Amino acid sequence: MAQYRNKKVKTHKIGIYLWIWGLLFVFSFFSYMIDYLNFEGSLRWTLIVLFMLSKAALIVAIFMHLFWERYAIVNVLLWPMTLMLLFVWIMVAESEYTLLTRIFYFILGG
Amino acid sequence: MSRAINKLPKGWDGLTSDFSSDQKAFKGMSWGKAMMWIFILSDTFIFSCFLISYLTGRASTTASWPDASIVFELEVFGTSVPLLLIAIMTFILISSSGTMAIAVKYGYEKNRKLCAIFLLLTALGGAAFVSMQAFEWTKLIFHEGVRPWDNPFGAVQFGSFFFMITGFHGTHVTVGVIFLLIMARKTWRGDFDKGRRGYFTTMKSDYVAIEIMGLYWHFVDLVWVFIFAFFYLW
Repeated sequence: MAQYRNKKVKTHKIGIYLWIWGLLFVFSFFSYMIDYLNFEGSLRWTLIVLFMLSKAALIVAIFMHLFWERYAIVNVLLWPMTLMLLFVWIMVAESEYTLLTRIFYFILGG
Repeated sequence: MSRAINKLPKGWDGLTSDFSSDQKAFKGMSWGKAMMWIFILSDTFIFSCFLISYLTGRASTTASWPDASIVFELEVFGTSVPLLLIAIMTFILISSSGTMAIAVKYGYEKNRKLCAIFLLLTALGGAAFVSMQAFEWTKLIFHEGVRPWDNPFGAVQFGSFFFMITGFHGTHVTVGVIFLLIMARKTWRGDFDKGRRGYFTTMKSDYVAIEIMGLYWHFVDLVWVFIFAFFYLW
């Protein structure tokens, strides 16, 4: 890393980090309220995923500075992560079939 | 890096020209930072495996899944508040991410003392988080009798997923705290200003090391965002 020593790096004003910090607090508080107020069903799941992805996006984009990085590293990181989320979704869809076969053979007796 | 980074094409043109050039793909980025990103990418694969096994295990069992807001409730002044400790842990970890981001900023501005102080605050937040997690585990293991193979609340898979996922995350936090303390000491001593060689690496380092440390720490926070949503709230 020697060639990077004493390289001038442009930094951001402290305000942007405090803002993101505050937003993360607000989103976490809302997520907690979903549980506290006992929201149920698809409203609960939609809100949980919405706040989760918003928080994740803020952390990766601003705190980890990915917003200011070149597209080479951005694409290397975000495509595999997107595919992983897709994989999660596929496997969860598959598990419903497993549940059905278990109910059919274990409970109803085949 | 003698060529100025701003002379290179940006955006999608930058993507293709960076990858089709015969030198390094990640322009203007130290190899340490690029490798930390690659490590983080591989770590997301590991945590995704946990997430997939947990979600499919939970969705495919015929037994009823334990209600997290009852399992993790905490009694305060005679009334039980659901998920209280988990909420406090979440806010502490987010705050330590905030102080880490500020430490990176001060590092690049060569503000040695403020950088070290914010690194110490970050380590303090991480240590508080791990302590509260240890409290949570103690409560579940010794008072509620939760085991990886059994628990009094419902589906038996609950225990193994809980200990595996929070344990792996807690290990990441612990390792992070140790490295934060090492970095805080190095920063305070002025290693990055004087170009003092590292004990293990024997290489001169720079304040980019603080940003690399920060990437790891923010990633630990990022994983907790997903654990909080899928394990505790779902």
